[in-house]
Amino acid sequence: MYRRVSILLRKHFVSVLILCASIVIPFSSVKAADPAKGKALFQTNCASCHNVHKKLTGPALAGVEGRWADKKLLHQWIHNSASVLATGDKYANDLFNEFNKTAMTAFPQLSNEEIDDILAYIKVEEVKTPGGAKTPGGDTAPAGAEKGNDNSLLFGIITLILAVVALILMQINSNLNKLAGDKEGVPTPDPVPFYKNKAYLALIILVLFMVGGYLTIQGAVGLGRQKDYMPEQPIFYSHKVHAGINQINCLYCHAGAEKSKHAMIPSENICMNCHKAIKEYSGPELTTAEGKKVDGTAEIAKLYDYVGWDPEAGKYTKPGKPIEWTKIHNLPDHVYFNHSQHVVAGQQQCQTCHGAITEMDEVHQFADLSMGWCINCHRTTKVQFADNNYYSIFEKLHQDIKDKKIDSVTVEMVGGTECQKCHY
Amino acid sequence: MEQKKYWKGLEELHNTDAHQEIVKNEFSEELPFESEGLLNATTPRRDFLKYLGFTTAAAAIAASCETPVKKAIPYVNKPEEITPGVANYYASSYSIDGEYVPVVVKTREGRPIKLEGNTLSSITQGATSARVQGAVLSLYDTARLRFPSIGGTETTWAELDKQVGAALAGLGGAPVVLLSATLLSPTTKKVIGEFLAKYPNSRHVVYDAVSYSGMLQANEAAYGKRVIPSYHFENAKAIVSLGADFIGTWLNPVEYARQFAQTRKINAQKPEMSKLFAFESHMSLTGANADERYTHKPSESGAIALALLAAVGGSVTAPAIADKRVADGIQKAAKELKANAGKALVVSGSNDVNVQTIVNAINNIIGANGTTIDFASPSNYRQGIDSDMTKLVSDMNAGSIGAVLVLGTNPVYDYFESAKFAEGLKKVKLTVSFNERNDETTELCKYVAPDHHFLESWNDAEGRTGYYSFAQPTILPLFKTRAVQDTFLTWAGNTTAWADYLKNEWISKLGGQEAWDKALQDGVVEPAAAPALGGASFAGDIAGAAGKINSGKKGGKLELVLYEKVAIGSGKLANNPWLQEMPDPITRSTWGNYACISNKLAKTFSTQLGDDYEINAEKKVLKVKSNGKEIELPLLIVPGMHPEVIAIAVGYGRGEKVGRAAGGIGKNAYPFVSFNGQTFDYFTTDASVDATGTKEIVALTQTHNSYEGRPIVKETTLEEFIKNPKEVNEDRLELKKFGADFRKDATLYPNYSYPGIKWGMSIDLNTCFGCGACTIACQAENNVSVVGREEVAKAHEMHWIRIDRYFSGDEENPEVVFQPMLCQHCDNAPCENVCPVGATNHSSEGINQMAYNRCIGTRYCANNCPYKVRRLNWRDWNGADSFENNLYDVADMNDNLTRMVLNPDVVVRSRGVMEKCSFCVQRLQEAKLDAKKAGHPLKDGAAKTACQQACGADAIVFGNINDKNSEIYKIRNEMQTDRLYYVLEETHVLPSISYLAKIRNKDAAPKAEKESAHKEEAHHA
Repeated sequence: MYRRVSILLRKHFVSVLILCASIVIPFSSVKAADPAKGKALFQTNCASCHNVHKKLTGPALAGVEGRWADKKLLHQWIHNSASVLATGDKYANDLFNEFNKTAMTAFPQLSNEEIDDILAYIKVEEVKTPGGAKTPGGDTAPAGAEKGNDNSLLFGIITLILAVVALILMQINSNLNKLAGDKEGVPTPDPVPFYKNKAYLALIILVLFMVGGYLTIQGAVGLGRQKDYMPEQPIFYSHKVHAGINQINCLYCHAGAEKSKHAMIPSENICMNCHKAIKEYSGPELTTAEGKKVDGTAEIAKLYDYVGWDPEAGKYTKPGKPIEWTKIHNLPDHVYFNHSQHVVAGQQQCQTCHGAITEMDEVHQFADLSMGWCINCHRTTKVQFADNNYYSIFEKLHQDIKDKKIDSVTVEMVGGTECQKCHY
Repeated sequence: MEQKKYWKGLEELHNTDAHQEIVKNEFSEELPFESEGLLNATTPRRDFLKYLGFTTAAAAIAASCETPVKKAIPYVNKPEEITPGVANYYASSYSIDGEYVPVVVKTREGRPIKLEGNTLSSITQGATSARVQGAVLSLYDTARLRFPSIGGTETTWAELDKQVGAALAGLGGAPVVLLSATLLSPTTKKVIGEFLAKYPNSRHVVYDAVSYSGMLQANEAAYGKRVIPSYHFENAKAIVSLGADFIGTWLNPVEYARQFAQTRKINAQKPEMSKLFAFESHMSLTGANADERYTHKPSESGAIALALLAAVGGSVTAPAIADKRVADGIQKAAKELKANAGKALVVSGSNDVNVQTIVNAINNIIGANGTTIDFASPSNYRQGIDSDMTKLVSDMNAGSIGAVLVLGTNPVYDYFESAKFAEGLKKVKLTVSFNERNDETTELCKYVAPDHHFLESWNDAEGRTGYYSFAQPTILPLFKTRAVQDTFLTWAGNTTAWADYLKNEWISKLGGQEAWDKALQDGVVEPAAAPALGGASFAGDIAGAAGKINSGKKGGKLELVLYEKVAIGSGKLANNPWLQEMPDPITRSTWGNYACISNKLAKTFSTQLGDDYEINAEKKVLKVKSNGKEIELPLLIVPGMHPEVIAIAVGYGRGEKVGRAAGGIGKNAYPFVSFNGQTFDYFTTDASVDATGTKEIVALTQTHNSYEGRPIVKETTLEEFIKNPKEVNEDRLELKKFGADFRKDATLYPNYSYPGIKWGMSIDLNTCFGCGACTIACQAENNVSVVGREEVAKAHEMHWIRIDRYFSGDEENPEVVFQPMLCQHCDNAPCENVCPVGATNHSSEGINQMAYNRCIGTRYCANNCPYKVRRLNWRDWNGADSFENNLYDVADMNDNLTRMVLNPDVVVRSRGVMEKCSFCVQRLQEAKLDAKKAGHPLKDGAAKTACQQACGADAIVFGNINDKNSEIYKIRNEMQTDRLYYVLEETHVLPSISYLAKIRNKDAAPKAEKESAHKEEAHHA
């Protein structure tokens, strides 16, 4: 009887192990808050004022949960900061004063679960080093960026330990069996060394196959994606200096963003509107990502060289030649993307997709520009439904709002996730 | 109403075995169609593993490549009016070979990519034709001349000017002749006049390859004006066409087809329409659209005109017409003309002065002058006089011509005695060609001074007297070409640049810079109020003309008639792959010409219609002899041909240097033209034909996409429609048994409501004349690939909208129906259910979407499409996949130059991917975005599909059917409830395209007769 069980056990070892794993793995994905969702929400709602690591308009959000005494209060703060200030909470009022009494935008539309998603995302982000990897050229390695949170690591370790224990037990079991057999005089075959054991070999191959398959698919999915791509540009043009410190409106240079599918790299005559007068750089010291110092005045001189301007004489002395910028945000040919759709009709901020551009000396690609990233935003972003008369034809949705069946209309609800919105 | 039987070809009518076979196999070839043997290999498993290993390794290597670095290069100084990504529109004019179509050019990033009709022109009102739509591709033709040359070697303009100047000065008084096709530009003519004034005895000879000299001369004799009047088909209730294909090729078909369409719009509230009679020798587009059509031999055209004149009350004795059916037809037509006196029109395609004189007499009697014919503002569409040309050729051969300057004409190819012209050219001291390509004539000219393409030039055009249209550069010249006007000005010693010359001319005419700017913006300048139509007093010599007709060319046993194909015309735009691949409206053939004959005649060469005829692309080649010339062409059986007539299209048989698309395609039929002492004759009476025993491919699209006899076309007669407008849709009542609302009640599935916009299209079969403008417009708009003759023969053509042509009735005198067929965007689409990867699915606006990047090419969707509108990319037509040497390019469509014509808002599709009509989703998205940005609901008409915009007859209406104020809503629910039907509606696929039944203005046939006539074919249905 005992033997039969052990044989059965041995026979079905692999399936047992898979069974164990299949029980363990789903557990690891059950978690209170979803950082992936939180990421999308963060980028839509928070990113224009907050960064996880850096102070922008608002405080850096790393460790935000720890700073608040009560999570409920934090929820309330995000829903409506004024109501928290009114309670006289010390931390809240200090914060308010620290940021020159700039009130945080109220987000009454965010549910507590959604806020928890955002907090989960911040938690995931805060362990990462600020800045992220910066790899010019193709970034084809599987991102694996979203490292499992603590729970999944824990479960993984437990699974591993259990597997080792099971392995040891099996070995003991087989040795005991052999001993028992020897004792009873039942001839038993010599034990097969574990590296020749077919069951083990099959298991190893299966595991290798699964891991290899996973990595291959991840790699294939990531092909052509260039998140964090930060190439060296012909002129060290700092968005931080122009759009951040000097507060030049994005649309002053990228005028196409309101009119066209292309935001447009500004033509050189746009640069010269200001740089005819601004010949020297006198702002904070500039450094490249590698830490090399940059002479701002020399970079302005490069512009003069391209455009054929003689700053001494104050006139154009030779024909201009175009600047060959390296394109950072590359969409595949089969995607139709229109800036004006998002900026004018959708009223989106540049930062939603391009990140904290006002903080970047050198621009890097903030979002991965994957289809999942687009779709996620289309699912959660609300259209200007009541304000834009274009949507007046959607009578049923207006009725639903009136009947309080829905409180707002997302891009998806007006067809924003259909294939031929972007592919034609 | 009993079901009439429609057939696309005779094999379908007779239901041959091979036809049944082809109906069974939608995809006619086995896979893989180019490399057999893989599956039959001796070790297929090992091969499979090898291939698998290789591809995996290749994919791995490909995947590990670095992502390419892309550059973004801005302007140094951005022009104010250009925003990258936003199209600019400029007004221009298409005036090639005397056709007059004001257009609007769409440019993107400085590249013209699409032509649309200019709606401000009262003459064409925004209509276009296939050739106009295709003209933008000719701009990027790789075979265009790129620099001036002397004796074949490149030179500079300065050197050319110097040498030509010296040569002109050294002529010693010998005349200088400018030989051109019809020019519509008054200012160009002024420049030419200035240039020619410098040289004594010089002259300007206008030569039209397809001549209307007979008409000009007859009008001169009868009315004292050597002009072509303006026609007003829109005012006509009865129209008789004596071989004038005014819908397809005659003079300015864009204008006439649009006018004619206005008389064919009909609904139950206003059940009236014009009646069109056609008498012709071969099946033309006009004949196909006629209410009553009769065939005769080309030599009889004079007799027919005389008989018609006699029948309307002219004092002539007409020769007897032997064919009783035709004789009856003439009486019927005459009756109709007389009954509609003052609202009637007769037009003739004959180039015989006498025939045109008789036609003038008829028009005079029926009161056409001043009502449907306008002599007050005549047209300038053709100006060539044939005898001028023949005189020039004999003068050249006599050695008395000093210089010949060739502008936009190609007599070495299209003059009937081209050898004589070429011979004469050798005796001319100075030969200059301004032509855009190294064509047959340019090759023989010493000096080549290529002109700009019209989209690169400044110009004006006076199509109708007093009606002007302008052309302005829409792109910087691509090559080192120079406007021919600049060349003339330089040679005349005038230092003004042509652009300034034109501007100054018009500023002085219009009275100021502002008016000129407005004229350029609008593209047209027209009289403020349309001038009253002017008649003219007829003073023609009827008796003389009748006498000459009666004593003229006697008819032969077998006659040959030359005609222009709708797409290729005279052949000037022949090197245009889009136009070459456009299926001819009647024969549905592409890439080439052929000898059109009747089935009856075909039987005499034992090419009986049978298993090997229409199914196989290879057709028997005939040797056609006439006039002492002979050419070999494959035969094509065309229903509706006169049994004793062969018809051959001109415009083919070009030399290889003309370009890859036209070079070596078909045979040149111009040598069959003859000169009758006054004008050119485009027919011969002494044709003979022998079978050669060889075969040649004719790439037909006719048998592709069969409906297996299901009823998809509906038509009725005017008489029946007036009696009971609902009769044509009687069978729709059957659907009532499923419930009051067929959409909701005839299915188990829940009904999906379309919350915002729901797109819909309506196509009027009564005003679709089958001209094919929509096909080419769609091709230009949607980057539809060109596949070439071999691939068309394999049914691999890619057109998203095709025009199905159905015959009905007997094969000698069939009736024709044209039905544009494109993706029907079914709300219950059969293609969507079967796609294993979800590449095709439905949008909330009712569009059947196609995500190319998801498609894996199973073709299940095409198999399941009842309308047969899905197109698989069998090969890599565009270089869209990343493997080199995989490209299949027959006509330089992938040259970097040609690719500039691609619409940047639409992707090119790669191999193995299914595609189809998208309702021009890029235009819909753009229109919606504009409305969103402006903050108002989408206005009706703001979103137009390319086919709709191109259609001169407005047969296609498109819009949002959820919008109760839209035209499409009104058509479906108010205007056209009686004629409206959906194709294959009973299958409950719920198409988004509705059709309006065709109405023929003919006597209702007695039913009993109709039934017996079709009983024998009933087994097929």
